[in-house]
Amino acid sequence: MRKLLSASIALALSVPICASAATEPPTASEIQLLRQEIDAMRASYEARLQAMEQRLLAAERGAVPAVATTADAASTPPSVAAPTATASVGGANAFNPAMSLILSGGYTRTSQDPASYNITGFQLPTDTNAGPGSRGFSLAESELGLAANIDPWLRGAANISLHPDDTVSVEEAFIQTTSLSNGLSLKAGRFFSGVGYLNSQHAHTWDFVDNPLAYQAFLGTQYGDDGVQLHWLAPTDQYIELGAELGRGRSFPGSDTGRNGAGMSALTLHTGGDVGDSHNWRAGVSLLTAQATDQSLATVDATSGTVINSAFTGNTRVWVLDGVWKWAPNGNATRTNFKLQGEYLQSTRNGNLTYDPDTANLSGAYSTEQSGWYLQGVYQFMPSWRVGLRAERLNPGSTDYAINTASFAGSGYQPSKNTLMFDFNPSEFSRIRLQLAQDKSRQGLTDKQVFLQYQMSLGAHGAHSY
Amino acid sequence: MMNRKTVLALLAAPLLLLTLPAQAALRILACEPEWGALAQELGGDLVEVSVATSALQDPHQIQAKPSLIARARNADLVVCTGAELEIGWLPVLLQQSGNAKVQPGQVGNFAAADFVRKLDIPSQLDRSQGDVHAAGNPHIQTDPRNIAQVATALGARLAQVDAAHAGQYAQRLKDFSQRWQQALVRWSAQAAPLKGAAVVSQHKAFVYLYDWLGMKEVAVLEPKPGVEPTASHLQEVLASLKSVPVRMVLYSAYQDPKPSEWLSKNANIPAVKIPFTVGGTDGAKDLFGLFDDTLARLLAAGAKK
Repeated sequence: MRKLLSASIALALSVPICASAATEPPTASEIQLLRQEIDAMRASYEARLQAMEQRLLAAERGAVPAVATTADAASTPPSVAAPTATASVGGANAFNPAMSLILSGGYTRTSQDPASYNITGFQLPTDTNAGPGSRGFSLAESELGLAANIDPWLRGAANISLHPDDTVSVEEAFIQTTSLSNGLSLKAGRFFSGVGYLNSQHAHTWDFVDNPLAYQAFLGTQYGDDGVQLHWLAPTDQYIELGAELGRGRSFPGSDTGRNGAGMSALTLHTGGDVGDSHNWRAGVSLLTAQATDQSLATVDATSGTVINSAFTGNTRVWVLDGVWKWAPNGNATRTNFKLQGEYLQSTRNGNLTYDPDTANLSGAYSTEQSGWYLQGVYQFMPSWRVGLRAERLNPGSTDYAINTASFAGSGYQPSKNTLMFDFNPSEFSRIRLQLAQDKSRQGLTDKQVFLQYQMSLGAHGAHSY
Repeated sequence: MMNRKTVLALLAAPLLLLTLPAQAALRILACEPEWGALAQELGGDLVEVSVATSALQDPHQIQAKPSLIARARNADLVVCTGAELEIGWLPVLLQQSGNAKVQPGQVGNFAAADFVRKLDIPSQLDRSQGDVHAAGNPHIQTDPRNIAQVATALGARLAQVDAAHAGQYAQRLKDFSQRWQQALVRWSAQAAPLKGAAVVSQHKAFVYLYDWLGMKEVAVLEPKPGVEPTASHLQEVLASLKSVPVRMVLYSAYQDPKPSEWLSKNANIPAVKIPFTVGGTDGAKDLFGLFDDTLARLLAAGAKK
């Protein structure tokens, strides 16, 4: 503004100079005189503008004399005498919760039909959303998040998930204490269980498009429940966190029934720390137990290709070992960084399995112990660009079908998958990802998958967990 | 036979143990090194300061890592910049700390930016403008006059949190303020040749420094705040310098110097690494060193042209 003003004055003055220059050349002293005049005018305008700015500032601050600022730059601040924190005044809306919207979508290409997706040797719930999802262009899960402090003692947060098939679900909706001391915090409502590393993370923070096979096979892709969660942080310099959860057991490996008691319980222990400035890590062990009644399951016979339906009633115990290690030169992850992460899951189910509940309806004892792991590394090789590699494998372990042994002849096939990912992050609010995978979940079939995905974050600046 | 008082005393003894460590020293977690250094100046032996980030880290992009959660859990006072600088990690850190004392709004939560006049307050909040901060530019520590204001507020806060030692904090604050005012006079005199100097910055990190010294920022290498400099934008900046000559280009110690070095080479102006916070350079050992070294570097690069 000021620059523009002085420039235009100079321009205005230079026109007559040029005009006179055409008739007779001005002497050096005349030019000098003009220069001085222009300088004087510029100085006076600048001074006046400065005074105006000062008055404006003073008015904004409310009756602080402008003299205080010009008096002596060395003595005290350019401004106010010890202002205190002031909140912006915004009427009733000022208390609106922080709102964020995740927009996601993309294109999927698979060499096998996703409709027939299954994991050979693993009984998945019939309502599972395991597998690569639908082919072609599609909207992915969009997520609306709201969070705010409720009062001096509690905060609340909700994540509403908008699915591409025009349905809506409540992903998380919980209240959490902010005022319990001694490292304690209590959460109640619907939330993702704190077992493992990946389970509590929302889809938009994953490093790959999909969750690992082990999560799909043993935790119904991601375990969320309605219940309570207590966290305790030990008063030590070393990070040690204990968690305990009680829940309804509303989803796989549990099942929603009308019981009074808890259908799910979980215990978690995590520890972690730094190694020098450049490395930090976290590792943990968790145990989730869940009860299921008449849980409807399905598996596909690898040789005949027929779908075998069954119903499970009993207990499930899932152990999760998780570890993550992060590196960034001097702890500055802006340019380059590396993240190595792996989890091992072991699931034990004991109870009763009914083969083909609709027709044969053959019920017998059932016990199984299966496991799986994944290991992944993600490397940011330059600002905004990352590449990732994930290897994973499932072990069908041993299963005792008792009287149903003949109906579930297993082949001992070990499903596996390798995934390569590139992503480009124009800003911390946007991401475009290309993922290539070779999915050998189905015995004898290799599914070559290509995903092109965008993930965008609008609204409140979310803070992410480790 | 023990009387009731003895029994009560015995029962209470373990509770006393719980409170003892807290009284040994006030535990302070500072988000950035400058506030760690200030807390140490004002607290001396009365405080035990731990700093969450180093001068080589970008304070916008820190993760709520396990070691920080453990430190937030045990802190009596958290001293941060505020003004949304730590928005990507501090809220999670505090939520997971299970420590009621340091939650926003409590006396154990101190945000330095609340106590100074902020510049660059956006008139329009839109992410198309890059990573803008609604409360204004958060890099307040580059103006020593701001440090003086924050010191006054932090001294008062220390006395409030640890009332038993209020007198000592007041004494230390008085002593620090005196030394700081003397240094300010010296710095302002030293910096006189920088007045009016036109400069380029890599990130909009120095508005308070320019405001103090009367320097003029004519271009920024980041096309938008928080967006990495692009080749095309660098070319534009270079072209613009033909009409508006500048004395130098400034970047912070934690930043990749390449964009500034590129401009330095192509525009034939010095690139100046600014310590930005305590520990950013060898000379910036403490708060006084931070400004001694900042000025020395600026003056060496282009006091006169």
